Amino acid sequence: MSARIVAPAVMGLLMLVLWEGVVRLADIPPYVLPGPLVVARTLIADWGMLAPALVVTLTITLEALAAAVVVGGMLAILFSLSRWLELSLFPYAIILQVTPIVAIAPLIITWANNVDLSLLICAWLVAFFPILSNTILGLRSVDHNLLALFELYGAGRWKTLIHLRLPAALPYFLGGLRISGGLALIGAVVAEFVAGTGGSASGLAYRILEAGYQLRIPRMFAALVLISAAGIAIYLLLSLLSYLLLRRWHESAIEAES
Amino acid sequence: MPLVAVRGVSRIFANGVQALGGATLDIEAGEFLSVLGPSGCGKSTLLRLIAGLASPTAGTIEWSKGEWPGGKPDLGFVFQEPTLMPWATALANVALPLKLHGVARSEREARAAEALDHVGLKGFERTWPRELSGGMKMRVSIARALVTGPKLLLMDEPFAALDEITRHRLNADLLALWERSRITVVFVTHSVFESVFLSQRIAVMAARPGRIVSELKIAAPYPRTEAFRTSADYAAHCRLVSTHLSEAMAAA
Ligand SMILES: Nc1ncnc2c1ncn2[C@@H]1O[C@H](COP(=O)(O)OP(=O)(O)OP(=O)(O)O)[C@@H](O)[C@H]1O
Ligand SMILES: [Mg+2]
Repeated sequence: MSARIVAPAVMGLLMLVLWEGVVRLADIPPYVLPGPLVVARTLIADWGMLAPALVVTLTITLEALAAAVVVGGMLAILFSLSRWLELSLFPYAIILQVTPIVAIAPLIITWANNVDLSLLICAWLVAFFPILSNTILGLRSVDHNLLALFELYGAGRWKTLIHLRLPAALPYFLGGLRISGGLALIGAVVAEFVAGTGGSASGLAYRILEAGYQLRIPRMFAALVLISAAGIAIYLLLSLLSYLLLRRWHESAIEAES
Repeated sequence: MPLVAVRGVSRIFANGVQALGGATLDIEAGEFLSVLGPSGCGKSTLLRLIAGLASPTAGTIEWSKGEWPGGKPDLGFVFQEPTLMPWATALANVALPLKLHGVARSEREARAAEALDHVGLKGFERTWPRELSGGMKMRVSIARALVTGPKLLLMDEPFAALDEITRHRLNADLLALWERSRITVVFVTHSVFESVFLSQRIAVMAARPGRIVSELKIAAPYPRTEAFRTSADYAAHCRLVSTHLSEAMAAA
């Protein structure tokens, strides 16, 4: 096993031991700070309630990510085809990006009039910008000599897009996707907090709020652990996807020769 | 009528730089012509104009109607860098022009494999560009330029970035290819030695504004071997061409 796995694993284990030790030695009550063993026990005991919540949050996250890929990717392609469109629309994409989601979430919830939909919109809003801006950058970062070559052989905009600009943009898109994956989860959780309800079914953020009201702090931690685990899993999966798609040709995915 | 007639061509860029000013040059069918000039004199600009990738600010470029009745000329272009698509294998890179022309997959793969064979890369069809050496990448680039069977091959300092041994090998292979196919070659270079070794004719350029100031014939017979490189004839030609280049640079 490589140091890349062993080192953080050992570090994590040490931290957990330290945490458990502090909690026990200082005799901290679980409603202030539960030790990792208590959290783990709660996670197992409350699994029946937490697992459906995890599914709800993950569903919103993945739907938002899919929407971000479709809308962000399409907009990037449209912008690359029409400079005019980009000049008129891109500033608004930036405005959407810099506006804090907590500030506009109540508005969206009011307008959408459907909690599930508004959660989706919020998560999507947070997630789509990295995909859009990265893909635009990628579509533009094409070797100008290759562009000349395509022109020489009479390739129109579409052929140039499909055979040249899209493959050239793929590494950039995948970089954006990795950022967006984490952001979609954050967006889904934040929106659920603001909404104060899980909609048709309750997600993890709602379970955290609920546990907070009831002072069930170990359950709060258990839900938190699930959110982190989901975030890490999304990141790892998207990294794997990126590796699989790029390993044969892109520098970022090629292992340095030892 | 020559294959391509460049008549008093000027090119002024948007920022006001005049890259070419009244360049005149005839390209004869079947010849190996070198365009020799110092860096920045407008060689690449001239080549791009001939390829139709940009249009002249003044002057005309005429393609022989007899050779190209159908309007747009078919030509191959080799850049200073290999300019391969990193996401495609050597075969797919070479097949690209055919793909863009809508040739069916099986046919274009067969023709691309043949073109790779012609540049000495048989067996490297499935290799990725990053796995090829600089010289091999350049060979792929040449195969791609030749795969459509063009009448005219434009090369923009294709071997400038390679080491001398590789450059000499590729020079010899290029000549062999040219002698077999008698395709018209316009070869841009800033190396006197390279231009003398390869060409039947050398057009010397001066800068600011870029123009052709003299044309020289290299009468030495083909095939030109490594023995030619060390001959007195070669040295004499190099001396003559150097003198012309110095004059051109002094005139600028
Ligand atoms: N797109 C451009 N916009 C403005 N100026 C340009 C552009 N391309 C080239 N030039 C200028 O035109 C002149 C000729 O450039 P060109 O690339 O044709 O020279 P070159 O002879 O090919 O040089 P080298 O041997 O270094 O490749 C240079 O002064 C260069 O700065
Ligand atoms: Mg040049």
